[in-house]
Amino acid sequence: MAPFFRLNGISFAYDRSRPVLNDASFHLAPGEKVALTGPNGAGKTTLFHLMVGLLKPSTGTIEAFGVQRQMEKDFKEVRARAGILFQDSDDQLFCPTVAEDVAFGPLNLGKRPAEARAIVTETLGMLGLNGFEDRITHKLSGGQKRLVALATVLAMRPDVLLLDEPTNALDEATEARLTDILLGLPQAMVVISHDKAFLDRIATRRVRLDHGRLTDES
Amino acid sequence: MSGLHPHNGEANLLGDDCACHASLHATLERSGLISRLDPRTRILSAGTFALLVVSLNHLPTLGMAVALAVVAAILARLELRPTLRHMLALDGFMVLALVMLPFTVPGDTLISVYGLDASRQGLAQALAILFKANAVVLMVLALVGSMDTVALGQALGRLGTPEKLVHLYLFTVRYLDVLHREYRRLRTAMKARAFTMRSDRHTWRSVGYLFGMLMVHSVERSERIVAAMRCRGFDGSFPSMDEPTRFQRPDGLFALASLAGMVILMTIETL
Repeated sequence: MAPFFRLNGISFAYDRSRPVLNDASFHLAPGEKVALTGPNGAGKTTLFHLMVGLLKPSTGTIEAFGVQRQMEKDFKEVRARAGILFQDSDDQLFCPTVAEDVAFGPLNLGKRPAEARAIVTETLGMLGLNGFEDRITHKLSGGQKRLVALATVLAMRPDVLLLDEPTNALDEATEARLTDILLGLPQAMVVISHDKAFLDRIATRRVRLDHGRLTDES
Repeated sequence: MSGLHPHNGEANLLGDDCACHASLHATLERSGLISRLDPRTRILSAGTFALLVVSLNHLPTLGMAVALAVVAAILARLELRPTLRHMLALDGFMVLALVMLPFTVPGDTLISVYGLDASRQGLAQALAILFKANAVVLMVLALVGSMDTVALGQALGRLGTPEKLVHLYLFTVRYLDVLHREYRRLRTAMKARAFTMRSDRHTWRSVGYLFGMLMVHSVERSERIVAAMRCRGFDGSFPSMDEPTRFQRPDGLFALASLAGMVILMTIETL
């Protein structure tokens, strides 16, 4: 089976004098759970944004789900199939209620309201969030917000999950619960984290981003 | 809204901190007749009432308008104390103008204070303003203020308010709390380094930095929010999952009753 992602010779800079990525290459095969590590500000989040086309590389090619992606419209399908869990869940949850937020993605993908409602119930149930439908998003606790944000991503039924520090600022109980959930998911994943114990449990391969380059650690 | 906490055990496991951010939705739906009405009925009635009341001039009619607003407030089961606090805030704002009016409007002298004459006509004008403002505010509190903020946004949208304004309003409701927390964090950080408000250059500059930084954070956050929305296929339109509410029997009855009330007010005014 072809890899989900193949990035070749990617360079990117917000500011020309300080390149973030410099001739970086990366691939992600189905079933892999890749840990992406590296110092703060190394460009890990930037790599996620490049993968789904929120940013465009200055050089290099991005192949996703077997097709070369260049233009904005090429990336529409990529974003539906590769979901990012953002570092700050407040950035991700913008609807007043949990149900509306989880349904937002499916409705954008053209699902009918009834189908979207079924997806909401199923996805929340999968994460043990039954009954959270009418909760107000900004009143949830940090841990609840993270799980609901994950639900909004899973509701898109993605093949790939790009998780940006998923366990950051969670208490032990919630972190354990999230880890169990992630271990049970079939999706291929790339996980940014500084949490060694968490990565030991979840990762099948490790990649390190430093000075603009990606190196395999195993 | 008992439906908010259906699985209490679950919520506690996840460290529920709902209570501390409850202020924004302090005006959740209450029980009572008013809460059974379609939000659009409530907005339209309050709007028509306000338009009518500001066009009234006779004190007895205005007194009746206040009475109608009180009835609406009772039907909406507004709590006494917070409502009074809101009304007092408004009256405090107007008090200077109301006290000045009798002395500045020429007319028949009512009383004389230190050689200044207060006129009957001026007093009547002051009372008229007082009645008008309180009747309108109380009616808006009863009909619109007791509504869930989100329901208000959606109803405004369906009444023809431009979509962009409605989205602006809903995003404001959603992110006001986040912004406020950001502000408090920055403020605490300043206090932790012994900052106190004084009236000197240093204070003004620091407060300027505080608000500047808040702006920068907000812009950056809005960019992250849009990025997250695009990741979920956002292309400029907001699909809705809810069946829109319909006008029903209570709406018709309420519309009739309020129409009757307003017709009576107009008739007495012209007598």
